[in-house]
Amino acid sequence: MDDVQELYQEMIIDHSRSPRNSREIPDAGRSAEGYNPLCGDRVRVFVEMDGDIVRDIAFQGSGCAISTASASLMTEAVKGMDTTAASELIGRFHDLVTGESRGGGGDIGKLRVFGGVRNFPARVKCAVLAWHALRRALAGDVGTVSTE
Amino acid sequence: MTRAAGPDIERLRADFPGLERQIYGKPLVYLDNAATAQKPRVVIDAVRRYYEEDCSNVHRGVHVLSQRATERYEASRAAARRLINAAHNEEIVFVRGVTEAVNLVAQTYGRTQLGDGDEVLITAMEHHSNIVPWQILCEQTGAMLRVVPIDDSGEMIFSEFERLLGSRTRFVSIAHASNALGTVNPIDRVVSVAHAQGVPVFVDGAQGAPHRPVDVQALDCDFYAFSGHKLYGPTGVGVLYGKLGLLEAMPPYQSGGEMIESVSFGKTTYARPPHKFEAGTPNIAGVIGLGAAIDYVTTIGLESVVLHERDLLDYGTRALRQIDAVRLIGTARDKTGILSFAIDGVHPHDAGTILDREGIAVRTGHHCAQPVMDRFGVPATTRASFGIYTTREEIDALAAGIRKVIEVFARHG
Repeated sequence: MDDVQELYQEMIIDHSRSPRNSREIPDAGRSAEGYNPLCGDRVRVFVEMDGDIVRDIAFQGSGCAISTASASLMTEAVKGMDTTAASELIGRFHDLVTGESRGGGGDIGKLRVFGGVRNFPARVKCAVLAWHALRRALAGDVGTVSTE
Repeated sequence: MTRAAGPDIERLRADFPGLERQIYGKPLVYLDNAATAQKPRVVIDAVRRYYEEDCSNVHRGVHVLSQRATERYEASRAAARRLINAAHNEEIVFVRGVTEAVNLVAQTYGRTQLGDGDEVLITAMEHHSNIVPWQILCEQTGAMLRVVPIDDSGEMIFSEFERLLGSRTRFVSIAHASNALGTVNPIDRVVSVAHAQGVPVFVDGAQGAPHRPVDVQALDCDFYAFSGHKLYGPTGVGVLYGKLGLLEAMPPYQSGGEMIESVSFGKTTYARPPHKFEAGTPNIAGVIGLGAAIDYVTTIGLESVVLHERDLLDYGTRALRQIDAVRLIGTARDKTGILSFAIDGVHPHDAGTILDREGIAVRTGHHCAQPVMDRFGVPATTRASFGIYTTREEIDALAAGIRKVIEVFARHG
Protein backbone atom coordinates (compact mmCIF):
# COMPACT_ATOMS: atom_id res chain seq x y z
CA MET A 1 0.00 0.00 0.00
CA ASP A 2 1.55 3.33 -0.97
CA ASP A 3 1.26 6.52 1.06
CA VAL A 4 -1.74 7.78 -0.86
CA GLN A 5 -3.65 4.54 -0.48
CA GLU A 6 -2.78 4.41 3.20
CA LEU A 7 -4.08 7.94 3.64
CA TYR A 8 -7.29 7.49 1.69
CA GLN A 9 -8.48 4.24 3.19
CA GLU A 10 -11.91 2.95 2.40
CA MET A 11 -13.36 4.00 5.72
CA ILE A 12 -12.09 7.57 5.31
CA ILE A 13 -13.57 7.90 1.86
CA ASP A 14 -16.83 6.33 3.04
CA HIS A 15 -17.16 8.74 5.97
CA SER A 16 -16.21 11.72 3.83
CA ARG A 17 -18.95 10.83 1.36
CA SER A 18 -21.58 9.90 3.94
CA PRO A 19 -20.63 11.65 7.14
CA ARG A 20 -22.36 10.37 10.28
CA ASN A 21 -23.91 12.77 12.78
CA SER A 22 -23.66 15.60 10.28
CA ARG A 23 -26.41 17.79 11.61
CA GLU A 24 -27.10 20.63 13.93
CA ILE A 25 -28.16 20.03 17.53
CA PRO A 26 -30.25 23.17 17.96
CA ASP A 27 -30.40 23.09 21.74
CA ALA A 28 -26.93 21.65 22.30
CA GLY A 29 -25.54 22.90 25.55
CA ARG A 30 -22.13 23.41 24.03
CA SER A 31 -20.73 24.06 20.59
CA ALA A 32 -17.50 25.38 19.14
CA GLU A 33 -16.15 26.01 15.70
CA GLY A 34 -12.84 25.00 14.19
CA TYR A 35 -11.53 27.09 11.33
CA ASN A 36 -8.49 26.66 9.14
CA PRO A 37 -7.92 30.04 7.50
CA LEU A 38 -5.36 28.59 5.11
CA CYS A 39 -7.88 26.42 3.32
CA GLY A 40 -11.19 27.83 4.52
CA ASP A 41 -12.29 24.54 6.08
CA ARG A 42 -14.82 25.14 8.81
CA VAL A 43 -16.49 22.73 11.18
CA ARG A 44 -18.84 23.35 14.08
CA VAL A 45 -19.15 20.66 16.74
CA PHE A 46 -22.28 20.40 18.89
CA VAL A 47 -22.17 18.58 22.20
CA GLU A 48 -25.09 17.74 24.43
CA MET A 49 -24.00 16.66 27.88
CA ASP A 50 -25.81 14.50 30.39
CA GLY A 51 -23.89 15.24 33.54
CA ASP A 52 -20.33 14.33 32.63
CA ILE A 53 -21.34 12.11 29.72
CA VAL A 54 -21.48 13.14 26.06
CA ARG A 55 -25.08 12.20 25.40
CA ASP A 56 -25.16 13.45 21.83
CA ILE A 57 -22.58 14.92 19.48
CA ALA A 58 -22.83 16.16 15.91
CA PHE A 59 -21.00 18.43 13.50
CA GLN A 60 -21.64 20.68 10.58
CA GLY A 61 -19.18 22.06 8.11
CA SER A 62 -17.46 21.73 4.82
CA GLY A 63 -14.01 20.49 4.20
CA CYS A 64 -11.76 17.96 2.55
CA ALA A 65 -12.14 14.21 2.85
CA ILE A 66 -9.71 14.05 5.76
CA SER A 67 -11.38 16.74 7.86
CA THR A 68 -14.90 15.51 7.11
CA ALA A 69 -14.12 11.85 7.81
CA SER A 70 -12.25 12.83 10.94
CA ALA A 71 -15.23 14.79 12.26
CA SER A 72 -17.60 11.97 11.38
CA LEU A 73 -15.56 9.21 13.04
CA MET A 74 -14.89 11.48 16.00
CA THR A 75 -18.59 11.87 16.72
CA GLU A 76 -19.04 8.09 16.61
CA ALA A 77 -16.10 7.53 18.93
CA VAL A 78 -16.91 10.18 21.49
CA LYS A 79 -20.62 9.59 21.90
CA GLY A 80 -21.28 8.13 25.33
CA MET A 81 -17.83 8.96 26.73
CA ASP A 82 -17.25 10.98 29.84
CA THR A 83 -15.15 14.13 29.51
CA THR A 84 -12.01 12.50 30.88
CA ALA A 85 -12.14 9.69 28.35
CA ALA A 86 -12.93 12.15 25.55
CA SER A 87 -9.98 14.34 26.51
CA GLU A 88 -7.68 11.34 26.52
CA LEU A 89 -8.94 10.31 23.12
CA ILE A 90 -8.26 13.81 21.76
CA GLY A 91 -4.67 13.43 22.93
CA ARG A 92 -4.27 9.95 21.49
CA PHE A 93 -5.70 11.02 18.15
CA HIS A 94 -3.31 13.94 18.03
CA ASP A 95 -0.40 11.60 18.70
CA LEU A 96 -1.59 9.23 16.01
CA VAL A 97 -1.78 11.79 13.21
CA THR A 98 1.39 13.65 14.13
CA GLY A 99 3.40 10.50 14.76
CA GLU A 100 4.31 11.81 18.20
CA SER A 101 4.01 9.62 21.21
CA ARG A 102 3.46 11.09 24.62
CA GLY A 103 3.13 7.66 26.16
CA GLY A 104 -0.62 7.81 26.47
CA GLY A 105 -1.17 4.51 24.72
CA GLY A 106 -4.57 2.90 24.73
CA ASP A 107 -6.71 1.56 21.95
CA ILE A 108 -7.96 4.08 19.47
CA GLY A 109 -10.24 1.66 17.64
CA LYS A 110 -11.47 2.57 14.18
CA LEU A 111 -9.62 5.87 14.34
CA ARG A 112 -6.50 3.89 13.43
CA VAL A 113 -7.39 4.56 9.77
CA PHE A 114 -5.97 8.06 10.26
CA GLY A 115 -2.50 6.64 10.89
CA GLY A 116 -1.51 7.48 7.31
CA VAL A 117 -1.86 11.21 7.98
CA ARG A 118 1.53 11.27 9.71
CA ASN A 119 3.18 10.90 6.29
CA PHE A 120 1.45 14.08 5.12
CA PRO A 121 2.44 16.88 7.51
CA ALA A 122 0.47 19.41 5.47
CA ARG A 123 -2.71 17.48 6.21
CA VAL A 124 -2.41 17.13 9.98
CA LYS A 125 -4.42 20.32 10.42
CA CYS A 126 -7.26 18.84 8.38
CA ALA A 127 -7.35 15.76 10.59
CA VAL A 128 -7.35 17.64 13.89
CA LEU A 129 -9.74 20.47 12.95
CA ALA A 130 -12.88 18.91 14.43
CA TRP A 131 -10.94 17.66 17.46
CA HIS A 132 -9.79 21.20 18.25
CA ALA A 133 -13.41 22.27 18.17
CA LEU A 134 -14.42 19.34 20.36
CA ARG A 135 -11.84 20.26 22.97
CA ARG A 136 -13.18 23.79 23.04
CA ALA A 137 -16.77 22.63 23.23
CA LEU A 138 -16.01 20.27 26.12
CA ALA A 139 -14.22 23.07 27.93
CA GLY A 140 -17.29 25.20 27.51
CA ASP A 141 -15.49 27.79 25.39
CA VAL A 142 -17.47 29.62 22.79
CA GLY A 143 -16.45 31.08 19.47
CA THR A 144 -14.05 29.90 16.83
CA VAL A 145 -10.76 28.13 17.32
CA SER A 146 -8.30 28.68 14.53
CA THR A 147 -5.64 26.22 13.47
CA GLU A 148 -3.26 29.11 12.82
CA MET B 1 1.61 21.48 -33.32
CA THR B 2 1.94 25.18 -33.94
CA ARG B 3 4.76 26.07 -31.67
CA ALA B 4 7.18 27.38 -34.26
CA ALA B 5 6.84 30.95 -33.02
CA GLY B 6 7.30 30.02 -29.36
CA PRO B 7 10.58 29.87 -27.48
CA ASP B 8 12.88 26.83 -27.57
CA ILE B 9 11.55 25.23 -24.39
CA GLU B 10 14.12 22.52 -23.95
CA ARG B 11 16.99 25.01 -24.07
CA LEU B 12 15.11 27.44 -21.89
CA ARG B 13 14.34 24.85 -19.20
CA ALA B 14 18.06 24.26 -18.78
CA ASP B 15 18.31 27.88 -17.57
CA PHE B 16 16.25 27.01 -14.47
CA PRO B 17 18.11 24.93 -11.90
CA GLY B 18 14.94 24.58 -9.81
CA LEU B 19 13.20 22.57 -12.52
CA GLU B 20 15.72 19.73 -12.50
CA ARG B 21 14.37 17.92 -9.50
CA GLN B 22 12.76 14.74 -8.43
CA ILE B 23 9.83 14.91 -6.04
CA TYR B 24 8.96 11.59 -4.38
CA GLY B 25 11.09 9.98 -7.06
CA LYS B 26 9.19 11.59 -9.91
CA PRO B 27 10.25 14.49 -12.11
CA LEU B 28 8.94 17.79 -10.79
CA VAL B 29 6.00 19.15 -12.76
CA TYR B 30 5.87 22.73 -11.56
CA LEU B 31 2.44 24.19 -12.29
CA ASP B 32 2.26 26.82 -9.57
CA ASN B 33 3.69 29.73 -11.50
CA ALA B 34 0.86 32.09 -10.57
CA ALA B 35 2.04 31.76 -6.96
CA THR B 36 5.70 32.18 -7.78
CA ALA B 37 7.91 31.35 -10.73
CA GLN B 38 11.18 29.43 -10.73
CA LYS B 39 14.30 31.54 -11.17
CA PRO B 40 16.75 31.35 -14.07
CA ARG B 41 20.41 31.03 -13.22
CA VAL B 42 21.10 34.58 -14.45
CA VAL B 43 18.88 35.91 -11.66
CA ILE B 44 20.47 33.74 -8.98
CA ASP B 45 23.90 34.76 -10.27
CA ALA B 46 23.04 38.46 -10.28
CA VAL B 47 21.94 38.28 -6.64
CA ARG B 48 25.03 36.31 -5.66
CA ARG B 49 27.35 38.64 -7.59
CA TYR B 50 25.95 41.63 -5.76
CA TYR B 51 26.60 40.02 -2.39
CA GLU B 52 30.01 38.67 -3.38
CA GLU B 53 31.40 41.50 -5.46
CA ASP B 54 29.44 44.73 -5.07
CA CYS B 55 27.98 44.54 -1.59
CA SER B 56 27.42 48.06 -0.30
CA ASN B 57 24.59 50.49 0.17
CA VAL B 58 23.11 52.53 -2.66
CA HIS B 59 22.94 56.31 -3.16
CA ARG B 60 25.27 56.86 -0.22
CA GLY B 61 28.96 56.38 -0.58
CA VAL B 62 31.59 57.88 -2.79
CA HIS B 63 33.45 54.60 -2.77
CA VAL B 64 33.56 52.40 -5.81
CA LEU B 65 31.43 49.58 -4.41
CA SER B 66 28.60 51.92 -3.56
CA GLN B 67 28.81 53.46 -7.00
CA ARG B 68 28.67 50.06 -8.64
CA ALA B 69 25.75 48.93 -6.50
CA THR B 70 23.94 52.18 -7.25
CA GLU B 71 24.55 51.78 -10.97
CA ARG B 72 23.17 48.24 -10.98
CA TYR B 73 20.22 49.27 -8.83
CA GLU B 74 19.34 52.14 -11.12
CA ALA B 75 19.93 49.98 -14.21
CA SER B 76 17.12 47.76 -12.92
CA ARG B 77 14.88 50.80 -12.71
CA ALA B 78 15.61 51.55 -16.36
CA ALA B 79 14.93 47.90 -17.25
CA ALA B 80 11.58 48.05 -15.45
CA ARG B 81 10.75 51.29 -17.26
CA ARG B 82 11.49 49.67 -20.63
CA LEU B 83 9.50 46.54 -19.72
CA ILE B 84 6.27 48.48 -19.25
CA ASN B 85 7.26 51.40 -21.51
CA ALA B 86 6.96 54.09 -18.87
CA ALA B 87 8.01 57.57 -20.01
CA HIS B 88 10.44 58.27 -17.16
CA ASN B 89 12.67 56.29 -14.80
CA GLU B 90 11.29 58.50 -12.01
CA GLU B 91 7.92 56.82 -12.49
CA ILE B 92 9.32 53.46 -11.35
CA VAL B 93 9.12 52.96 -7.56
CA PHE B 94 10.61 49.81 -6.08
CA VAL B 95 8.35 48.17 -3.53
CA ARG B 96 8.12 44.73 -1.92
CA GLY B 97 5.48 43.59 -4.37
CA VAL B 98 1.99 44.40 -5.57
CA THR B 99 0.59 44.16 -2.05
CA GLU B 100 2.80 46.99 -0.90
CA ALA B 101 2.05 48.95 -4.07
CA VAL B 102 -1.70 48.84 -3.43
CA ASN B 103 -1.22 49.81 0.20
CA LEU B 104 1.09 52.64 -0.83
CA VAL B 105 -1.38 54.12 -3.29
CA ALA B 106 -4.35 53.65 -0.94
CA GLN B 107 -2.56 55.31 1.95
CA THR B 108 -1.04 58.21 -0.01
CA TYR B 109 -3.21 59.04 -2.97
CA GLY B 110 -6.30 57.53 -1.34
CA ARG B 111 -5.89 59.20 2.04
CA THR B 112 -5.46 62.62 0.51
CA GLN B 113 -7.97 62.42 -2.33
CA LEU B 114 -10.90 60.45 -0.98
CA GLY B 115 -13.48 61.52 1.55
CA ASP B 116 -16.83 60.71 3.05
CA GLY B 117 -19.26 59.32 0.49
CA ASP B 118 -16.66 58.90 -2.26
CA GLU B 119 -16.42 55.53 -3.94
CA VAL B 120 -13.66 53.12 -4.89
CA LEU B 121 -14.55 50.71 -7.66
CA ILE B 122 -13.01 47.24 -7.90
CA THR B 123 -14.16 43.96 -9.48
CA ALA B 124 -15.39 40.71 -7.97
CA MET B 125 -12.31 38.87 -9.24
CA GLU B 126 -9.73 40.82 -7.24
CA HIS B 127 -7.08 39.21 -5.07
CA HIS B 128 -7.45 40.03 -1.38
CA SER B 129 -4.50 42.39 -1.76
CA ASN B 130 -6.62 44.54 -4.07
CA ILE B 131 -9.62 44.43 -1.74
CA VAL B 132 -8.45 44.79 1.86
CA PRO B 133 -6.31 47.95 1.45
CA TRP B 134 -9.35 49.68 -0.05
CA GLN B 135 -11.60 48.44 2.75
CA ILE B 136 -9.17 49.92 5.26
CA LEU B 137 -9.06 53.18 3.29
CA CYS B 138 -12.86 53.25 3.29
CA GLU B 139 -12.94 52.81 7.07
CA GLN B 140 -10.46 55.65 7.42
CA THR B 141 -12.14 58.09 5.07
CA GLY B 142 -15.82 57.16 5.03
CA ALA B 143 -15.55 56.20 1.37
CA MET B 144 -17.49 53.21 0.00
CA LEU B 145 -16.24 50.16 -1.85
CA ARG B 146 -18.20 49.21 -4.96
CA VAL B 147 -17.72 45.89 -6.73
CA VAL B 148 -18.25 45.14 -10.42
CA PRO B 149 -19.76 41.64 -10.73
CA ILE B 150 -18.42 38.91 -12.97
CA ASP B 151 -20.35 36.52 -15.20
CA ASP B 152 -20.34 32.71 -15.29
CA SER B 153 -17.27 32.61 -17.50
CA GLY B 154 -15.36 34.79 -15.06
CA GLU B 155 -15.39 37.97 -17.12
CA MET B 156 -16.25 41.30 -15.55
CA ILE B 157 -19.63 42.54 -16.71
CA PHE B 158 -18.59 45.68 -18.51
CA SER B 159 -22.03 47.26 -18.60
CA GLU B 160 -22.09 46.93 -14.80
CA PHE B 161 -18.72 48.61 -14.64
CA GLU B 162 -20.08 51.52 -16.68
CA ARG B 163 -23.18 51.67 -14.48
CA LEU B 164 -21.26 51.60 -11.21
CA LEU B 165 -18.80 54.22 -12.38
CA GLY B 166 -20.80 57.08 -10.96
CA SER B 167 -20.43 60.68 -9.99
CA ARG B 168 -19.00 59.66 -6.59
CA THR B 169 -16.40 57.28 -8.02
CA ARG B 170 -12.95 58.64 -7.23
CA PHE B 171 -10.79 55.63 -7.96
CA VAL B 172 -10.79 52.38 -9.94
CA SER B 173 -8.52 49.50 -8.99
CA ILE B 174 -8.54 46.39 -11.14
CA ALA B 175 -6.51 43.29 -11.86
CA HIS B 176 -4.85 43.09 -15.25
CA ALA B 177 -5.50 39.36 -14.98
CA SER B 178 -7.22 37.28 -12.31
CA ASN B 179 -4.99 34.98 -10.27
CA ALA B 180 -7.84 32.58 -9.52
CA LEU B 181 -9.49 32.46 -12.97
CA GLY B 182 -6.92 33.65 -15.48
CA THR B 183 -9.35 36.20 -16.90
CA VAL B 184 -7.59 39.09 -18.64
CA ASN B 185 -9.48 42.33 -18.16
CA PRO B 186 -9.95 44.87 -20.96
CA ILE B 187 -7.72 47.43 -19.27
CA ASP B 188 -7.65 49.81 -22.23
CA ARG B 189 -11.45 50.08 -22.23
CA VAL B 190 -11.59 50.34 -18.44
CA VAL B 191 -9.11 53.21 -18.48
CA SER B 192 -10.79 55.07 -21.30
CA VAL B 193 -14.25 54.84 -19.69
CA ALA B 194 -12.89 55.82 -16.26
CA HIS B 195 -10.86 58.69 -17.66
CA ALA B 196 -13.91 60.01 -19.48
CA GLN B 197 -15.23 60.68 -15.96
CA GLY B 198 -11.89 61.91 -14.68
CA VAL B 199 -11.33 58.83 -12.50
CA PRO B 200 -7.78 57.45 -12.15
CA VAL B 201 -7.08 53.72 -12.55
CA PHE B 202 -4.71 51.43 -10.68
CA VAL B 203 -3.85 48.18 -12.46
CA ASP B 204 -2.75 45.17 -10.39
CA GLY B 205 -0.38 43.57 -12.85
CA ALA B 206 0.81 40.70 -10.66
CA GLN B 207 -0.67 38.22 -13.14
CA GLY B 208 -0.34 40.54 -16.12
CA ALA B 209 3.25 41.69 -16.53
CA PRO B 210 4.75 38.16 -16.48
CA HIS B 211 2.44 37.01 -19.27
CA ARG B 212 1.60 39.94 -21.53
CA PRO B 213 3.50 42.85 -23.05
CA VAL B 214 2.55 45.96 -21.07
CA ASP B 215 2.66 49.50 -22.37
CA VAL B 216 1.52 51.86 -19.65
CA GLN B 217 1.59 54.83 -22.00
CA ALA B 218 -0.66 53.11 -24.52
CA LEU B 219 -2.95 51.87 -21.76
CA ASP B 220 -2.81 55.34 -20.18
CA CYS B 221 -3.39 53.79 -16.75
CA ASP B 222 -2.40 55.99 -13.83
CA PHE B 223 -0.75 53.26 -11.77
CA TYR B 224 0.50 49.79 -12.66
CA ALA B 225 2.17 47.37 -10.26
CA PHE B 226 3.85 44.00 -10.61
CA SER B 227 5.79 41.61 -8.38
CA GLY B 228 9.30 40.45 -9.26
CA HIS B 229 8.95 36.88 -8.06
CA LYS B 230 6.17 36.03 -10.48
CA LEU B 231 8.34 37.41 -13.30
CA TYR B 232 11.15 34.92 -12.62
CA GLY B 233 12.84 37.39 -10.26
CA PRO B 234 13.56 37.30 -6.52
CA THR B 235 10.90 37.45 -3.83
CA GLY B 236 10.37 40.63 -1.84
CA VAL B 237 10.71 43.08 -4.71
CA GLY B 238 8.26 44.62 -7.11
CA VAL B 239 7.48 47.74 -9.05
CA LEU B 240 4.91 50.46 -8.68
CA TYR B 241 4.55 52.61 -11.76
CA GLY B 242 2.76 55.91 -11.32
CA LYS B 243 2.38 58.86 -13.63
CA LEU B 244 4.97 61.39 -12.60
CA GLY B 245 2.49 64.17 -11.88
CA LEU B 246 0.55 61.92 -9.52
CA LEU B 247 3.66 60.65 -7.75
CA GLU B 248 4.88 64.21 -7.28
CA ALA B 249 1.60 65.29 -5.71
CA MET B 250 1.31 62.28 -3.39
CA PRO B 251 2.59 62.49 0.17
CA PRO B 252 5.31 60.02 1.25
CA TYR B 253 4.32 56.52 2.32
CA GLN B 254 7.00 55.52 4.79
CA SER B 255 9.51 58.02 6.08
CA GLY B 256 13.14 57.93 7.09
CA GLY B 257 16.40 57.87 5.19
CA GLU B 258 16.68 58.06 1.42
CA MET B 259 13.26 59.69 0.96
CA ILE B 260 14.31 63.13 2.17
CA GLU B 261 15.88 66.14 0.54
CA SER B 262 16.91 67.86 3.75
CA VAL B 263 16.08 67.34 7.38
CA SER B 264 16.11 69.75 10.27
CA PHE B 265 14.03 69.77 13.42
CA GLY B 266 12.18 72.73 12.07
CA LYS B 267 11.37 71.46 8.61
CA THR B 268 12.02 68.44 6.44
CA THR B 269 11.64 68.47 2.71
CA TYR B 270 11.15 65.29 0.74
CA ALA B 271 13.07 63.87 -2.16
CA ARG B 272 11.41 63.76 -5.55
CA PRO B 273 9.92 60.55 -6.90
CA PRO B 274 10.87 57.76 -6.97
CA HIS B 275 13.11 58.18 -3.91
CA LYS B 276 10.31 59.86 -1.97
CA PHE B 277 8.69 56.42 -1.83
CA GLU B 278 11.80 54.37 -1.16
CA ALA B 279 12.51 55.10 2.48
CA GLY B 280 15.31 53.14 4.12
CA THR B 281 17.84 50.82 2.57
CA PRO B 282 15.96 49.04 -0.19
CA ASN B 283 16.06 45.39 -1.23
CA ILE B 284 19.19 46.04 -3.29
CA ALA B 285 19.94 42.42 -4.14
CA GLY B 286 16.29 41.87 -5.02
CA VAL B 287 16.16 44.90 -7.29
CA ILE B 288 19.36 43.83 -9.06
CA GLY B 289 17.97 40.31 -9.44
CA LEU B 290 14.74 41.72 -10.80
CA GLY B 291 16.73 43.64 -13.41
CA ALA B 292 18.32 40.36 -14.50
CA ALA B 293 14.90 38.71 -14.63
CA ILE B 294 13.49 41.50 -16.78
CA ASP B 295 16.45 41.25 -19.15
CA TYR B 296 15.94 37.49 -19.33
CA VAL B 297 12.22 37.71 -20.09
CA THR B 298 12.77 40.55 -22.54
CA THR B 299 15.33 38.47 -24.43
CA ILE B 300 12.80 35.66 -24.81
CA GLY B 301 10.22 38.26 -25.74
CA LEU B 302 6.79 38.59 -24.20
CA GLU B 303 5.10 38.16 -27.59
CA SER B 304 6.75 34.77 -27.75
CA VAL B 305 5.64 34.04 -24.16
CA VAL B 306 2.05 34.89 -25.11
CA LEU B 307 2.11 32.44 -28.03
CA HIS B 308 3.60 29.67 -25.92
CA GLU B 309 1.21 30.13 -23.01
CA ARG B 310 -1.79 30.37 -25.32
CA ASP B 311 -0.80 27.07 -26.90
CA LEU B 312 -0.53 25.52 -23.43
CA LEU B 313 -3.86 26.98 -22.37
CA ASP B 314 -5.64 25.61 -25.44
CA TYR B 315 -3.96 22.24 -25.05
CA GLY B 316 -4.65 22.10 -21.31
CA THR B 317 -8.25 23.23 -21.67
CA ARG B 318 -8.88 20.45 -24.19
CA ALA B 319 -7.11 17.89 -22.00
CA LEU B 320 -9.13 18.75 -18.91
CA ARG B 321 -12.41 18.94 -20.79
CA GLN B 322 -11.89 15.32 -21.77
CA ILE B 323 -12.18 14.33 -18.11
CA ASP B 324 -15.87 14.12 -17.25
CA ALA B 325 -15.50 14.78 -13.54
CA VAL B 326 -13.57 18.02 -14.10
CA ARG B 327 -15.31 21.37 -14.17
CA LEU B 328 -13.25 24.36 -15.27
CA ILE B 329 -13.75 27.49 -13.17
CA GLY B 330 -12.97 30.47 -15.37
CA THR B 331 -13.57 30.17 -19.07
CA ALA B 332 -13.15 33.77 -20.18
CA ARG B 333 -12.38 34.42 -23.83
CA ASP B 334 -9.08 36.08 -22.97
CA LYS B 335 -7.08 34.20 -20.35
CA THR B 336 -3.54 33.82 -19.12
CA GLY B 337 -2.16 30.31 -18.65
CA ILE B 338 -4.31 29.39 -15.66
CA LEU B 339 -6.55 26.35 -15.34
CA SER B 340 -8.64 26.52 -12.20
CA PHE B 341 -10.94 23.55 -11.73
CA ALA B 342 -13.11 21.45 -9.48
CA ILE B 343 -13.28 17.66 -9.54
CA ASP B 344 -16.70 16.17 -8.76
CA GLY B 345 -16.78 14.67 -5.29
CA VAL B 346 -13.17 15.50 -4.52
CA HIS B 347 -12.10 18.38 -2.33
CA PRO B 348 -9.18 20.35 -3.85
CA HIS B 349 -6.91 19.62 -0.89
CA ASP B 350 -7.28 15.92 -1.42
CA ALA B 351 -6.59 16.42 -5.11
CA GLY B 352 -3.55 18.56 -4.29
CA THR B 353 -2.15 15.94 -1.93
CA ILE B 354 -2.45 13.14 -4.46
CA LEU B 355 -1.02 15.29 -7.27
CA ASP B 356 1.88 16.26 -5.02
CA ARG B 357 2.79 12.59 -4.60
CA GLU B 358 2.95 12.42 -8.40
CA GLY B 359 5.50 15.25 -8.35
CA ILE B 360 2.94 17.76 -9.60
CA ALA B 361 2.93 21.13 -7.82
CA VAL B 362 -0.40 22.92 -8.05
CA ARG B 363 -2.11 25.39 -5.79
CA THR B 364 -5.24 24.37 -3.95
CA GLY B 365 -7.39 26.67 -1.90
CA HIS B 366 -9.19 29.95 -2.33
CA HIS B 367 -6.17 31.64 -3.94
CA CYS B 368 -6.65 34.70 -1.72
CA ALA B 369 -9.78 35.40 -3.72
CA GLN B 370 -12.61 34.19 -1.50
CA PRO B 371 -15.23 36.35 -3.26
CA VAL B 372 -14.41 34.51 -6.50
CA MET B 373 -14.93 31.15 -4.77
CA ASP B 374 -18.28 32.38 -3.40
CA ARG B 375 -19.28 33.54 -6.89
CA PHE B 376 -18.74 30.05 -8.29
CA GLY B 377 -20.14 28.26 -5.25
CA VAL B 378 -16.97 26.32 -4.42
CA PRO B 379 -14.94 26.47 -1.21
CA ALA B 380 -11.72 26.22 -3.14
CA THR B 381 -10.30 25.13 -6.47
CA THR B 382 -7.26 23.34 -7.76
CA ARG B 383 -5.21 25.65 -9.94
CA ALA B 384 -2.55 24.78 -12.49
CA SER B 385 -0.69 27.82 -13.76
CA PHE B 386 1.85 27.87 -16.55
CA GLY B 387 5.12 29.64 -17.13
CA ILE B 388 7.53 30.12 -19.98
CA TYR B 389 9.12 26.72 -19.36
CA THR B 390 5.90 24.69 -19.06
CA THR B 391 5.54 21.91 -21.61
CA ARG B 392 2.64 19.99 -23.13
CA GLU B 393 4.13 16.86 -21.57
CA GLU B 394 3.67 18.44 -18.14
CA ILE B 395 0.02 19.07 -18.93
CA ASP B 396 -0.27 15.41 -19.95
CA ALA B 397 1.19 14.56 -16.52
CA LEU B 398 -1.41 16.80 -14.88
CA ALA B 399 -4.24 15.10 -16.74
CA ALA B 400 -2.88 11.69 -15.75
CA GLY B 401 -2.57 12.90 -12.15
CA ILE B 402 -6.18 14.06 -12.12
CA ARG B 403 -7.24 10.65 -13.41
CA LYS B 404 -5.31 9.08 -10.54
CA VAL B 405 -7.13 11.38 -8.07
CA ILE B 406 -10.46 10.28 -9.48
CA GLU B 407 -9.35 6.66 -9.32
CA VAL B 408 -8.37 6.92 -5.64
CA PHE B 409 -11.79 8.27 -4.80
CA ALA B 410 -13.65 5.90 -7.12
CA ARG B 411 -11.88 2.87 -5.64
CA HIS B 412 -14.34 2.68 -2.81
CA GLY B 413 -17.31 4.06 -4.68
